Amino acid sequence: MSNAPVDKGRRRFLTVATSVVGGAGAVAVAVPFIASWNPSARARVAGAPVEMKIDKIEPGQLVRSEWRGSPVWVIRRSPEMLEQLSLTDDRVRDPDSNQPQQPEYAKNKHRSRDPEWFVAVGICTHLGCSPQFLPRNFTNMDGIDSGFFCPCHGSRFDIAGRVFQGVPAPTNLVVPPHYFIDDATVLIGQDGETA
Amino acid sequence: MSRIMNWIDQRLPVSNSLKLHVTQYPAPKNFNFWYLMGSLALIVLVNQIVTGIWLTMSYNTDAAGAFASIEYIMRDVEYGWLLRYMHSTGASFFFIVVYLHMFRGLMYGSYQKPRELLWIFGMLIFLVLMAEAFMGYMLPWGQMSFWGAQVIISLFGAIPYVGDALTTWIRGDFVISGATLNRFFALHVIALPLVIVILVFLHLIALHEVGSNNPDGVDTKKPKGSVPDEEKSPYEFHERYTKKYDIVDSIPFHPYYTVKDLVGLSIFLILFAAVIFFAPTMGGQFLEPPNFEAADPMRTPEHIAPVWYFTPFYAILAAVPNAVLGVVMMFLAIVVLFLVPWLDRSTVRSVRYRSKLHKANLAMLVISFIILGFVGALPPTEFWTVVGRITTFTYFAFFALLFIYSKNEKTKPVPERVTK
Repeated sequence: MSNAPVDKGRRRFLTVATSVVGGAGAVAVAVPFIASWNPSARARVAGAPVEMKIDKIEPGQLVRSEWRGSPVWVIRRSPEMLEQLSLTDDRVRDPDSNQPQQPEYAKNKHRSRDPEWFVAVGICTHLGCSPQFLPRNFTNMDGIDSGFFCPCHGSRFDIAGRVFQGVPAPTNLVVPPHYFIDDATVLIGQDGETA
Repeated sequence: MSRIMNWIDQRLPVSNSLKLHVTQYPAPKNFNFWYLMGSLALIVLVNQIVTGIWLTMSYNTDAAGAFASIEYIMRDVEYGWLLRYMHSTGASFFFIVVYLHMFRGLMYGSYQKPRELLWIFGMLIFLVLMAEAFMGYMLPWGQMSFWGAQVIISLFGAIPYVGDALTTWIRGDFVISGATLNRFFALHVIALPLVIVILVFLHLIALHEVGSNNPDGVDTKKPKGSVPDEEKSPYEFHERYTKKYDIVDSIPFHPYYTVKDLVGLSIFLILFAAVIFFAPTMGGQFLEPPNFEAADPMRTPEHIAPVWYFTPFYAILAAVPNAVLGVVMMFLAIVVLFLVPWLDRSTVRSVRYRSKLHKANLAMLVISFIILGFVGALPPTEFWTVVGRITTFTYFAFFALLFIYSKNEKTKPVPERVTK
């Protein structure tokens, strides 16, 4: 034991330096623990595009598929359904699809490449339930006969997936990237052949 | 025997801790029915831990096998059905006793100074318990497990900017999947139970530091030297308590309250067993019908409602016609409970000596909470949405009103000592 007086400045420097190095070490150790919660490499590659046959779909019919674990809908809209889109214009939150819920080529009134074919991710933008497709008896509003109704919290979407005003869902249904390989096939998850 | 005890006591303070917390712990002598809930909650916690450990022995955490392993436990494992129903019924009974326990605290002002920290530990237990129950409900991997988790995890997506990344991080995938199931299993069986046990320990230590409140809300620990000897409680209490205070109107926790709690426990166990053996699903309230179907990510059940103990908060979420605000309000409904010790500015604790306005206000909270519970379980029709909005308002109004009137509340005179 030396009897030299305590060097307080030196002691403080050593305390701070040890704390800083130790703290940095603790943060560094936390990284793997937090990062291991991210999707694994296997989960990341599972998001490949899917092909769907559409040549047997009748007008007014909805067909489901699965892309990245979510339901994807392809609907062949009848002319009556398309007419209803002008009736819902002033009842929906985002009639012109200004929110980025769709690729550029679907930023139009019918929210699709081709007015007849509507492709959407079948997940409510509120809290992720899958809405029901109601081809008729959708609302008591004049002339609006078909649309989507989410059973969880009562959100409603028109036949172009545009969300009605006064419901919990904030935005329109998501239109996934897609393109028509030929008249009978649509590829979901890719914008075009070059993509 | 005493030589062995001496040997241990010199190395570990067993006898002293038993005296301090059990046989010489002074508890007010006027505890009523409401004071059974704390010890019942502790017993249910033990039930959940023991049955839970046994369930993990036969449960399969793989997404492809989880649902089937529950059927296996129900049909093939010896007494598996009993262990599972004890666990699932225990979850609902846990919330029954915890809600009654919380109401007791509100009724008798058990959150007021000096018991603020005790109340906060209690609220933290409630919060972690809700997370624990939610993750446990996912494990059977039925339709309600899947879609309930989908809805609740999506709540975090409402947070601006980081929402999407955060939900992906919580799920460990772009959708709810086996990765989510496995991490929820880990959290449900080890991480959160550990946290709960630690919080319960802190809750009890904080309780024994400040002492129990009682239905009259008057102090039973008087300043040292202020009470004549003949009025002090005639029992031997630990010197830790008598050194600083004169103890009045109190009895040792053991044997007096251990025996009383045993009577309460036997009645509780009759009810508990009745549900386990005769109504384990409780008409679809404790175990919901869609959960008897395996999870199907492509199809949402017709009607999604959480288990009954979450429905009041779920109704608040659904009452607000804006996704972000709904989530905020739901969390606020819980956060505001943490603040009660500071929202109530009255110094009179028990509802017995408080104003008619306070009694009416407390009644309004209870009625709002019960109605919200019903609304949250029903399909979202226009009528029930309106009812949900009104009761959401009255739920929050309780806290706002409490803060306003409690400062200059007209209270009745509070007795010096507990009443007979």
